[in-house]
Amino acid sequence: MIPFQRFLDEHREPVYRFLVASVGRDGADDCFQETFLAAMSAYPRLRAHSNHRAWVMTIAHRKAMDHHRARARHAIPVADPPEVAHHDPPLPDDETWERVRALPPKQRAAVLLRYAGDLSHAEVAIALDCSPEAARRSAHEGLKKLRHEMSPTP
Amino acid sequence: MTNRLHPPQVDPGAVAAAAARFVARAEPDIAYAVVDSPVGALVAAATPQGLVRLAYEDFNGGLDAILDNLAGRLSPRILESPARLDDVRRELDEYFDNKRTAFDLPIDWALYSDFGRRVLEATAAIPFGQTATYGDVARQAGNAKASRAAGRALGANAIPIIVPCHRVIGTSGKLTGYTGGMHRKEALLRLEGIAV
Repeated sequence: MIPFQRFLDEHREPVYRFLVASVGRDGADDCFQETFLAAMSAYPRLRAHSNHRAWVMTIAHRKAMDHHRARARHAIPVADPPEVAHHDPPLPDDETWERVRALPPKQRAAVLLRYAGDLSHAEVAIALDCSPEAARRSAHEGLKKLRHEMSPTP
Repeated sequence: MTNRLHPPQVDPGAVAAAAARFVARAEPDIAYAVVDSPVGALVAAATPQGLVRLAYEDFNGGLDAILDNLAGRLSPRILESPARLDDVRRELDEYFDNKRTAFDLPIDWALYSDFGRRVLEATAAIPFGQTATYGDVARQAGNAKASRAAGRALGANAIPIIVPCHRVIGTSGKLTGYTGGMHRKEALLRLEGIAV
């Protein structure tokens, strides 16, 4: 096994990107900590020849799901809309990823892992424990739904 | 929507900060730092028990090779964490400034067999500014006839300078070999006031 420091150096940026897409910029840091703490704990049991990128993205995906579940449990309805407008306009990509987060769970997971995690369909299938065909189909349906939602209404 | 979804843009500073927070929170089996010294860059590595490795970076195949070796022999849970090696850096600085003659750092002997460990512990007891022969340390380690084995154990010293194998010389007074090159053995002995 390569020293964990090198593993961290290699995967930290892709994992961070994936988490920004998956939970948004505010939650990405916490999920990043949880992901690498879990990865380091399990690291000696990882096989040297297995796919490290897919493995760490799978952990990141689980941590993102935990984050969403915790948020849902603690969600408090907002009484009043904030009076002052937010001055940093979100990056155009961020709005797209927000829509991705609203997709049905299977589509959301497949689109995030494929396009934010940059995994192949085969790797997404490993992460989601489904067939590559099912992973491809979920990603395809997710993209179709997004295109439909985001196309300008006539 | 653009034709293809791209991973979001991220600020490299935010990624580095997240990684730094992870390192501060994590409990690696081995923490390391590269430490500058008058005898060249040193790779210092410690477990929670103590200093386990101090390597001349240029004499051991470089940082990656040194860490690969530790990953194979001890654990791959290795992180760069200079804060965890502050004491090592400070004691080395004091030694090279001639302000310290003995090291107080805890040592982790995990890399050694029994005899190797006894040889190195005997070596660690040789006072600053003095020398001993291979036979001396073999005797101290409990086997006076094992000076060759003692030589091998010293050649495998994972913590040079702090376990001062540079103070062990041949019976004729010849310096013999050193894990870092003879010029370093000479430099360390000169620093301690020993004519070479």
